[in-house]
Amino acid sequence: MSFPTVAQLARDIREGKVTASAVLEEHLKRVDERESEIHAFNLVTAENARAAAVEVDRAVQAGKPLGPLAGVPIALKDNMCTRGIETTCSSKILEGWKPPYDATVVTKLREAGAVIVGKTNLDEFAMGSSTENSAFGPTRNPLDTSRVPGGSSGGSAAAVAAGFAAASLGSDTGGSIRQPAALCGLVGVKPTYGVVSRYGLVAFASSLDQIGPFTHTVEDAALVMESIAGHDPMDSTSLLQPAPSLLSVLDQGVQGMRIGRVVDMPEGSEPDVLERLDAAFAALKERGAAIVDVKLPSLQFGLTAYYLVAPAEASSNLARYDGVRYGMRVDAPDLNAMYAATRSQGFGAEVKRRIMLGTYALSAGYYDAYYGKALKVRRLIADDFAKAYQSCDVVLTPTSPSVAFPFGDKTADPLAMYLCDVFTIPTNLAGHAAMSVPFGTGAHSLPVGVQVLAPALGEATMFRVAAELERAR
Amino acid sequence: MALECTAKFSTTLSSLMRVENARIDDVVVAKVARLARLDLTPDELARMTEQLSGMLEHFRDIDKLDLADVAPMPQPLPLKNVFREDVVVPSLDRDEVLANAPAAEDKRFRVPPTIGFTE
Repeated sequence: MSFPTVAQLARDIREGKVTASAVLEEHLKRVDERESEIHAFNLVTAENARAAAVEVDRAVQAGKPLGPLAGVPIALKDNMCTRGIETTCSSKILEGWKPPYDATVVTKLREAGAVIVGKTNLDEFAMGSSTENSAFGPTRNPLDTSRVPGGSSGGSAAAVAAGFAAASLGSDTGGSIRQPAALCGLVGVKPTYGVVSRYGLVAFASSLDQIGPFTHTVEDAALVMESIAGHDPMDSTSLLQPAPSLLSVLDQGVQGMRIGRVVDMPEGSEPDVLERLDAAFAALKERGAAIVDVKLPSLQFGLTAYYLVAPAEASSNLARYDGVRYGMRVDAPDLNAMYAATRSQGFGAEVKRRIMLGTYALSAGYYDAYYGKALKVRRLIADDFAKAYQSCDVVLTPTSPSVAFPFGDKTADPLAMYLCDVFTIPTNLAGHAAMSVPFGTGAHSLPVGVQVLAPALGEATMFRVAAELERAR
Repeated sequence: MALECTAKFSTTLSSLMRVENARIDDVVVAKVARLARLDLTPDELARMTEQLSGMLEHFRDIDKLDLADVAPMPQPLPLKNVFREDVVVPSLDRDEVLANAPAAEDKRFRVPPTIGFTE
């Protein structure tokens, strides 16, 4: 099934061919038809969306200047703060919380004219690769409802794949945008660390988290990126530079570009996925790019580095959920007992597991052996990439080792679930940019994503390659 | 059988050689749970011990790397701290913030007694 793109909707609304209200109602109709089956949303904000759409329609009628996303229905992962609108991170511990401020990306989307349709489901606190860890129940993959949509931004991916929204935002700490994009047949972008403000994104692992878009096309991803990126004084890790210009590079092609193929790639990918990756290399070569072999020997240690660094940071970030200032409280006779009772009942199993792992990795006596070592491995990975990018412009890998898997397939073994992220994790550790582009189908006729990796601030180059892959598909 | 014995022997040997990585058991896990302010049920404690042991065993893949001269990388950007101008700007609305608190009184958060800890 194909749905109208962001670019098409924005153009039609601007030219008066269709009203923003009519566009919104079409999307809400699809929500009515399929949401009970898919469960993409924790909350549909239909009334607010209708009011926003009316405002866009008035602006069109009055001939006022319109933002680049005017009237486009967009969904937000439910870990982005929306003032006065419940934000839960799919956790019982935050149920009912109404943030007193908007995340910067929310403000920027509104300024661009976007119509926000709701808050999407996720693995609790973005910890997971299948959206099965949500305290409010899993999201189903709209392409095959017996399978997961990926995670942790599974609701954001499903909302776009099911036509509930034309685009959505997710957050990517170790692959949480790119992997669900691959599993749902979408484009998903993890920008360079610091390119998109994290102000108002509920923190999971602060040195890894980044917000990015899910869309049907590379052009749409560029449109959304240009609207949400740029410096924000409210985020101290936000880079001091304007949003990258991406729409302008999409037609430049790959003639003369050098595409890196990793010769020592971590094993474990399914043959159908590797077949599509080979096809992607062949397509780019045919279109004038050179394929260059690169070595990334530390890549295989990325999983270990990530699953020590991310839980360590999470254990610290999630210390704030103590039943005092927001969310749930379980009453107990003294403060310490209240903390423990609240956290024990408020957090789900995976969140507890990661808090425990992180607390252990940071605790006296184990810090050097685990967290300290992981930070050094992180450096090795960044150094490997720096060397590789001396001889190539981008690197291509699979996004996910397999197509979308059935529910329950990996829930019994946390490590099996963690292995879903083996190709996406290194980008977050290095702070680089990467995106997943759909490139045909694999087993069970399900979509396969190819991942384009670029160095820090390599977004323009990355989008050029992604656009060419899309044309070659 | 012989193969199994050899495998067991080499596991024991390698765990003896990695003395810096103390083994994780339910005593350690219970202590970590206390540090993390989590009450684990006996079932959760047993499962957590098993799962964390499995993960930490897997994470030993980095033990073979020579990291002596590698500088740690706590975050990806070569950032230096800068101070903003000390200017008063509007802060969050107090009533709106306190409306989210499980318990509030006289424009403050209300918590259970903090003295007379059981711990």
